[in-house]
Amino acid sequence: MSLRRIAIGAAAAALLGGTALTTVPAAAQETIYVPLLTYRTGPFAGSGIPIADGMHDYLRMLNERDGGIGGVKLAIEECETGYDTKKGVECYEATKGKNPVMYNPYSTGITLQLIPKAAVDKVPLLSMAYGLSASADGTVFPWIFNPPATYWDGASVFIRYVAEKEGGFNKLKGKKIGLLHLDAPYGKEPIPLLENLARQYEFELKLYPVPAQDMQNQGSVWLNVRRDRPDWIYLQGWGAMNPTAVKEAVKAGFPIGKLVGVWWAGGDDDARAGGPEAKGYKSLDFHAAGADFPVIKDIQKHVVDKGLSKYPKDKIGDNLYNRGVYNSMLIAEAIRNAQKVTGKKVVTGEEVRRGLETLNITEARLKELGMEGFAAPVRVSCEDHNGHHKVYVAEWDGTKWTKSTDWIEPMKDKVRPLIEAAAKDYAAKNTGWPKRTETCDRPS
Amino acid sequence: MFYREAGQFKTTYAADMAVFPILQDKIGIAVIVAAAVLLPFLGAAGIVSPQTQNFLLQVVAIPFLIFSLASIGLNLLTGYTGLLSLGTAGFMGVGAYACYKLTTYFPGVNIIVWVLASGFFAAGIGVVFGLPSLRIKGFYLAVATLAAQFFLQWCFIRIPWLYNENASGAIEVPQRTLLGVPVTGPTATAETRYFVVLAIVAGLTWIASNLVHGRIGRSWMAVRDMDIAAELMGIKLFDTKLLAFAVSSFYCGVAGALLVFLWYGGAEPEVFSINQSFLILFMVIIGGLGSLVGSYFGAALIYILPIVLRLLPESLGIPIGGATIEHLTFMIVGALIIFFLIVEPHGLARLWQIGKQKLRTWPFPY
Repeated sequence: MSLRRIAIGAAAAALLGGTALTTVPAAAQETIYVPLLTYRTGPFAGSGIPIADGMHDYLRMLNERDGGIGGVKLAIEECETGYDTKKGVECYEATKGKNPVMYNPYSTGITLQLIPKAAVDKVPLLSMAYGLSASADGTVFPWIFNPPATYWDGASVFIRYVAEKEGGFNKLKGKKIGLLHLDAPYGKEPIPLLENLARQYEFELKLYPVPAQDMQNQGSVWLNVRRDRPDWIYLQGWGAMNPTAVKEAVKAGFPIGKLVGVWWAGGDDDARAGGPEAKGYKSLDFHAAGADFPVIKDIQKHVVDKGLSKYPKDKIGDNLYNRGVYNSMLIAEAIRNAQKVTGKKVVTGEEVRRGLETLNITEARLKELGMEGFAAPVRVSCEDHNGHHKVYVAEWDGTKWTKSTDWIEPMKDKVRPLIEAAAKDYAAKNTGWPKRTETCDRPS
Repeated sequence: MFYREAGQFKTTYAADMAVFPILQDKIGIAVIVAAAVLLPFLGAAGIVSPQTQNFLLQVVAIPFLIFSLASIGLNLLTGYTGLLSLGTAGFMGVGAYACYKLTTYFPGVNIIVWVLASGFFAAGIGVVFGLPSLRIKGFYLAVATLAAQFFLQWCFIRIPWLYNENASGAIEVPQRTLLGVPVTGPTATAETRYFVVLAIVAGLTWIASNLVHGRIGRSWMAVRDMDIAAELMGIKLFDTKLLAFAVSSFYCGVAGALLVFLWYGGAEPEVFSINQSFLILFMVIIGGLGSLVGSYFGAALIYILPIVLRLLPESLGIPIGGATIEHLTFMIVGALIIFFLIVEPHGLARLWQIGKQKLRTWPFPY
């Protein structure tokens, strides 16, 4: 009886007492604080862990190898979001007092919440090839960046790739092209662009929506696929939907080589799920997979071998791990650029925004970074916060992702008007959306 | 010793029926209200840093109040009327989308008017989905309300009109002002939002308290305890049950509108998924079915406790990775939920009541 009373008392005391301890320690001024909103738990942890480790390991490598950026160490802090918008915003509020230089929300939901806050709190947002496509318009969204490509760019590259395989754009006429997509804003995003292109090139666009709760139960959708017999399918899926789609494609006898996923459908585990028959599955990508790059070797030497990485040693170089590395490279280059633009060592979020706007990662710079052949050059300007860069089509060879095409240019002339219209629409619907007052630094 | 009603004589029926019949309770509630009002001034008074202040309001207080309101809404239906519902998030979504549409069509009207008005839209939808409750009960009704949840969420995704054909498919909150001060949108300060939420939640709690202590609440409870007996006593089941659905959905709708407009500042349809419904149902069950204060307790346990647990290792200087803390939090919160339910199956509200009873006889229990 008394034990029980003590237990209740202790639980209640813990409940009340804990609330008093919500103090946030201030960050030291001698470092550059980079918060990473990652998700190692929750339903999407499978893709979140490699990305989180890739991001962390690259920045850690800079600390270990170069002593940070420009001589200033990076204070890297991960905050767990579980891919949950509530927790993501909580992470943002908990970390924004420590002078963060940039946020990488890593979830469309969290990105949408943070977009209006970025301008108020003066911290730029880097949503690398996800989030709101319209934020590529820097005149409306001075604080938001989404290089290297938008979903609309991805869909246009897919059509360009199909045209190339079919023998020219005039051969697209009468073809059936399917879009297998998550029935959520993210999944539906390519539809307007594909509809435009379908009108122009006279192919037939078939939509196969997969409701979020049926991600792993796509039987009925694939019955429709069997009925329609589309020539190509573009997969705009996420999480558990991707491996299921690959499995179902194998089961339905759909030629797996004609199933092309967006970059978020290009995880190693997504393709592996289809077994040996998944060989030939394709996905778009904007960086290379594999460990044969000087930068990955450096990470292995300075981080992994010292036991500072949480990622399994033999899986370093996985596609999504490398995506994390690529993302961190953009962060680091933006900080370095900000140091160059301002001439200061310890930069703030406002200055990193300027660094992002003048970001110009050339072929030569990539070579210096040990990323030759790893990624395509990236250039961002004040007007164009995306750049609409080239992506390539990766192919699953049964054990790993390989580069199957050269870099393919998106149809910028088709994408850009859509972006600008969407950005204008966003600003018009959000009364009180601030006009751009930030000045533009011309790259030196 | 201090918490004792000796010497307090009630001379009228009204005094005897008061919600807080004991003077100490009145003092207690006054202290809580004063603390709630003074909370945003902690930062100005220099007790906590402005960052912590902002965090306290934006991450702890505002969501807690909103979840409490939603729990009260569900508690009116499930706790007081005995109708199990899994459509809470759907009704919250109706409120949020209604508020969004209303404020885009009539941007000149004060946003607080629309937040409250959106509750009526949710109430209307709630009544429609409440109709099956006249025929089916218990778990079967839960399944029927599940249909509401899925149907409504389907609407939020599939009807572009609801989100003004935004390319992102999400609703984004425009800036709205009250007496020249921005209340919604990114420039609204946490303090302003907090006061608006506090005023609405406190006002609606007061109304709910009056409802459940009056004729309507008694008829709800009669239906909950035995609907045939209630019918024989002259309570119209049809009206009573639908009224419960309407009022409950109204509360959920207002909570949904507050959630999007004063907390999130924008929302995807995913926000109003079945998980949100479960979350609020758990708050109600753990807090205590058929108790308003229990709704607050439940919201605190389910929403605030994980935040505290996440911050605890850092404030104690123990270095643990973010993901590990998350796993630990899941385990601790889960264990605590089971613990509280074993110790007191009637929820935290009942624990509170027992505690008060013990306090009355302390230090000489008999």
